[in-house]
Amino acid sequence: MSVAIEEKPEVTTPTCEAPTFDEAIAFIWTEADILDRLDYKPWLALWTETGEYIIPVERDAADYADALNIVLDDKVMREARAKRLLSGFSMSSAPPARTVRTVSRFVEVSREGNAITLRAAQMLAEYKYQHMRFLPADMEYRIVREADGRLLIDRKVVKLINADDYQFGIGYLL
Amino acid sequence: MTDFASLVKDDRVHTALYKDAAIFDEEMERIFKNTWVWVAHASDVPAKNTFKTSYVGSTPVIVTRDKDQKVHVLLNRCRHRAASVCEKGKGKTSVFVCPYHGWSYGVDGALRKVPHAKGYEQELDKDEFSLVSLRTEEYNGLIFATFKQDIEPLADFLGSAKKWIDLFMKQDAGYGIKTLGEHKFRFPGNWKIQLENTTDAYHFPIVHKTFLDSLDAETEDVFDVLGQGGWVEDLGNGHSVMVMIPDLIDLEDNLDAPIPERFAELAQELRDEGHDDATVRRVVRAVGGSGFNLNLFPNVACSMAFFRVLRPVAVDETEITHVAIGMDGGPVAGNRMRLRLHEHFQGPMGFGTPDDAEGWERVQRGARAGDDLWIMLNRGVDAPEGVAEIGHNAGDVSAETGMRAAYQQWKRMMTA
Repeated sequence: MSVAIEEKPEVTTPTCEAPTFDEAIAFIWTEADILDRLDYKPWLALWTETGEYIIPVERDAADYADALNIVLDDKVMREARAKRLLSGFSMSSAPPARTVRTVSRFVEVSREGNAITLRAAQMLAEYKYQHMRFLPADMEYRIVREADGRLLIDRKVVKLINADDYQFGIGYLL
Repeated sequence: MTDFASLVKDDRVHTALYKDAAIFDEEMERIFKNTWVWVAHASDVPAKNTFKTSYVGSTPVIVTRDKDQKVHVLLNRCRHRAASVCEKGKGKTSVFVCPYHGWSYGVDGALRKVPHAKGYEQELDKDEFSLVSLRTEEYNGLIFATFKQDIEPLADFLGSAKKWIDLFMKQDAGYGIKTLGEHKFRFPGNWKIQLENTTDAYHFPIVHKTFLDSLDAETEDVFDVLGQGGWVEDLGNGHSVMVMIPDLIDLEDNLDAPIPERFAELAQELRDEGHDDATVRRVVRAVGGSGFNLNLFPNVACSMAFFRVLRPVAVDETEITHVAIGMDGGPVAGNRMRLRLHEHFQGPMGFGTPDDAEGWERVQRGARAGDDLWIMLNRGVDAPEGVAEIGHNAGDVSAETGMRAAYQQWKRMMTA
């Protein structure tokens, strides 16, 4: 049986390419710096319209929407959360804890279209009221390049090492 | 020996109750080993051979369901040399095998097999070495256990609280209640600070201002908890109820009322799935949750739309579990909304819980000053006419009546 070989249509060059591994890492460090400085208004601008910010209870839940999470934020909830943390009326965030975080151990998972997906490790130390606490987490990021060249977060999942065990109150963003 | 009676007066309790480690140790014996303590919801062990690990006070236990559907609460300790026999939070098994020397136990606690049994000079009497089993009873899905074998039946202990448990469970919209997941968090403070908080409406508009600010105007009115003629009622045995939203006491009432705007999308989704109007209204009203907190002494509350469980860890550390609940087999969209509403307020990064936890920590920190000072619980004016059951002590919604009820039970148990 003969197979007609069709000529493939010419692949159109995407208007923007996925961020490179190095670009994505630099972007993630920028975000980490913004969060340690509690600069939440610029942080809101780092997200796509449909971006999802997730901190699960079950690290490997099949579908976070049908599970209980610590955070499962769309744009509206992210904005409400930032407003709350900046309001000065939430005693767990005013005065805020100090945080110092590093993100490293990056692994490129995939690069498709205008998006790159990475895994990483986050080490975060928190200090307030004479308590030092340590909140390590496995991270997942999906970073996209917009038509205007900006990089934005489309998905960020923070899988705390002890996600399904007890936490203390967290008055800042992971 | 501490004179416990002198530390609890009718309108105040002594600061030592928050910070004296010796009092804490006595509480674990005199209270947590002498009363009914909540360990699980029936849906946590939904089928035979399912289990969940839990605590009775500071004692780790396993809650199991056997093949005859009987629920057991077993001490999580091998009878040989004490190793824990289960380290999973929940799961399914027909046997617990001690990892140290391989003694195996059935889900009813019976010792089944002992490896190399011939090494015992006299044959081991297996009946003598079952996992220790606590007396266990259940009311409307709430499973309690006790070390006190001759205690009154659970139903008698709950007494007037039963009516409120039944009302609370109407959040199942007729499907049955199912636990959907849990948030666990700790705060560096005494367990009674949390116990008090469940019947403290006074703090709500202050501590939870940022939660209220995050709601639409209609919902913010619903959560105006001090302004709706609510009340706090002493239900006996240390239990109390705080009604914040009288309209949401009985979720089967007012089903013809307009569906609130924040549930409009859910209602439409349910209609699109083919549910009739009556079902849609029942589910939507159930999803919104109840309008009261039922505080059951000493460790659990049916709190508006979830179970709040406290576990004393140390005199100055307490673990809280907020158990999300939904409809067992009910519409997926309804349960999903329950999860989102729960996440909005509860948990370590909710819009409410971290501020509560911080407030309680501040109580513990503040209590380091003023060894001779008292915790004041004298707030309250009369409850609105005709709301509380005749014969029950009751006050207005921000009265500290529920806390006084809990501390009187504390006093009875600590001096018994």
